Amino acid sequence: MSRVRLLAVFGVFLGVVLFALMAMFGIKNDPRELPSALIGKPFPEFSTGSVIDADAVITRADLIGRPALVNVWATWCPSCKDEHPVLNDLAKQGVVIYGVNYKDNIPDARRWLKDFLNPYQLNISDPKGTLGFDLGVYGAPETFMIDKHGVIRHKFVGAVSKRIWREKLAPIYQELVDE
Amino acid sequence: MKRFIYALGLTLACFGSAQASIDTYEFSSQAERERYRTLVEQLRCPKCQNQNIADSDAPIAMDMRDEIFKKLEEGQSSEQIVEFLVDRYGDFVRYKPPVNKSTLILWYGPAGLLAFGFVMVATIVIRRRRSTRSKQDEQKLSSDEQSRLSDILK
Repeated sequence: MSRVRLLAVFGVFLGVVLFALMAMFGIKNDPRELPSALIGKPFPEFSTGSVIDADAVITRADLIGRPALVNVWATWCPSCKDEHPVLNDLAKQGVVIYGVNYKDNIPDARRWLKDFLNPYQLNISDPKGTLGFDLGVYGAPETFMIDKHGVIRHKFVGAVSKRIWREKLAPIYQELVDE
Repeated sequence: MKRFIYALGLTLACFGSAQASIDTYEFSSQAERERYRTLVEQLRCPKCQNQNIADSDAPIAMDMRDEIFKKLEEGQSSEQIVEFLVDRYGDFVRYKPPVNKSTLILWYGPAGLLAFGFVMVATIVIRRRRSTRSKQDEQKLSSDEQSRLSDILK
């Protein structure tokens, strides 16, 4: 009798602990941030124009060779403006950043890069969002981290701040560089 | 009368907006239209937390509806289309997630907990019944005691 009761109490206790753990996980976990389906997969094939150079064609092959950030941005996106100075800083520190100008128009994008500086080594133009769609982008800004083989290793949704870079992304980038 | 016209206008305006997101595509057959309908109602918009892509006005939901329409026209099966979207946006876009390692607890957790509860209740009931029966057994008189009792009662 007492053993059964002990087991029942233990069961209830286990349930409460499990619930508490799930609640804690739930609080920390932002439901608006989806895990990317593309982690560990090669960066999708594409072939598009450049924002800067009207004649250039940029393909997946241009992204391969060095670990890099691929930043999806647009001039219509307010948090992209917050994020931009941080990207400028990173570019100055030598971090390789490629920009995907998502569902935007080229004159606006050019003006933006002139006014707020251009941290991107490549400026991929994605006016219809086709590359964005293949990347599983559902809103700008989003930042992907690719390794030197062009495999997507991490995705960050939202504006990259100094703190987020320092605490979350820099260690991953360092790992990719050291590989 | 004026009021009636206003009301009529508003009603028509509602119709217009409700139809707009659904009926702008020209389908080649009724069956295809139905398949499109089921797909956009089954798939979840990644930007909005709990809306299917039929209901959502988010740009990404619009893109997804476009893709679904294009792929239907190309003659792809509904499974192929869902897989195409899941490859890009993950299982999140499915309202009914597949059974795999990370969703095991979601699918079987509740049933498991219920079973655990039943087992618990059953054990408690059985034990209790057994112990009361043995108590009753203890309370029964042995034949010796019975004869002594009848002696006393005489």
